[in-house]
Amino acid sequence: MKKRINGYLLAGLIITGILLLMTLVGVFYTPCDPNAMSMGEKFLSPRAAHLFGTDNFGRDIFSRVLKGSGTTLAIALATVAIGAVAGTLVGAATGYFGGIVDDTLMRLNDALTAFPSILLALLVISIVGPGKYNVVLALGIVFIPSFARVTRTAFAGLRDVNYITSARLMGASHFRIMAAHMLPNTLRVLLPAITIGFNNAVLAEASMSFLGIGVTPPDASLGYMLSEAQGMFSRAPWYALCTGGVIALLVFGAGLIGEGLQKIDREVA
Amino acid sequence: MSKEPVLEVRHVTGGYRTPSVMGRGRGVYHEVLHDVDFTVFHGEILGLVGESGTGKSTLARMILGLVKPEQGEIVHHTPRPQIIFQDPYSSLNPAYTVEWTLEEPLRIYGKYDAAERKRRVREMLARVELPEECLKAKPDELSGGQRQRVSIAAALIRRPRFLIADEPVSALDVTIQAQILKLMRSLREELDLSYLFISHDLNVVYQLCDRVLVMKAGRIVEQGTIQEVFDHPQQEYTRRLLAAAE
Repeated sequence: MKKRINGYLLAGLIITGILLLMTLVGVFYTPCDPNAMSMGEKFLSPRAAHLFGTDNFGRDIFSRVLKGSGTTLAIALATVAIGAVAGTLVGAATGYFGGIVDDTLMRLNDALTAFPSILLALLVISIVGPGKYNVVLALGIVFIPSFARVTRTAFAGLRDVNYITSARLMGASHFRIMAAHMLPNTLRVLLPAITIGFNNAVLAEASMSFLGIGVTPPDASLGYMLSEAQGMFSRAPWYALCTGGVIALLVFGAGLIGEGLQKIDREVA
Repeated sequence: MSKEPVLEVRHVTGGYRTPSVMGRGRGVYHEVLHDVDFTVFHGEILGLVGESGTGKSTLARMILGLVKPEQGEIVHHTPRPQIIFQDPYSSLNPAYTVEWTLEEPLRIYGKYDAAERKRRVREMLARVELPEECLKAKPDELSGGQRQRVSIAAALIRRPRFLIADEPVSALDVTIQAQILKLMRSLREELDLSYLFISHDLNVVYQLCDRVLVMKAGRIVEQGTIQEVFDHPQQEYTRRLLAAAE
């Protein structure tokens, strides 16, 4: 088998790898205390001591971005985890069993999909209130339908394949067929879906926090910081640019990984 | 060959339904098989021939219990009948190694420990004349003939007594075909098997089978020993099939 270098996947892994590494370091160490104010140092432009400059309270933006991207990543990963696990369960059941289970759950799915995702998340937040964990819950629920749809198609396509028929004749349980015989063969569509889902989660969290229905202080996510930066864009444009730039890089990196995975899938198929 | 039956198909009529649309109605029923009636006896290889689309594979699915007959009944005298399929590319799970695939039926059975499972897998691999290196291979690293040998091994690892072979050599080269047919013949002796051998290729049926059923548009139109049917066909349809195979 030829192994060609997959440019998309490589570039995506490098960008995402660097960002993840920095975020991970940021959990334990930041150059400055992200919450330490210094009135003498406000609105400093980027320089060696403050790579991304400082904000209206003289806080080091680089340190804050490190902490903020940690919050954003944690929320995005937790969201995707909820959406992917629940969505895969729903999709596997509907795709495998078909019939009335399929019809019922997929119509419910259609109903959920009909709402814009931010509106749906807003609805959940208005019931459970804002905050880090509630954002995860709200976005996680919003993400279930798209994963369910992707897995349903994959499982339904495998239902009548000969090796699945053989497994059934061997007496394998429904659960065993779905988990052991089908799931590994759906990973090539699931993995790209997860990277796309991750991107959407980063953007959705940023949008929600920007609108003030996301994380609440003292937690700071990239989206929350972007909404702060908006108010001082004329005095400290580097704040918005650096924060937005990190969001863009995160999404870009994961997007490249997703594209690379899909390319592998096309080459295998 | 004794007169003891392993499978009785008694006056079976049936077909399939197209899926219902949005849960409305039960779908449209298409009758494929009409009053199909025959018996597979212990130790024999019974051929089932007919043009494509006559319902041979539907009959196979019905015998395996994957489709329910509308009328009539199917009586098995042996447990766990198995099937091997025509397409050796979709009959093995591409995600797993040969070893996993062969061991899985034994894991599902659940009565053997890991060492006993490994022993049985190796024994069956030797029976289908594959080298041990194949155990670590994934299906896409094997040739069509090797895949078909693995499919046979997987179907036989729990020692069924009756096996349906649905066009098992149609996708293979002629030389590989001959090897697989020879293997099936020797496995019948070694493992005391009976086969229902489905094929549209009359030459293959002539080489392998003891008796043959001729199917046309979902009905058995003629049956008998190979000599009877091939030398003195009673039906015009059978004569045409034989002429086309010359």
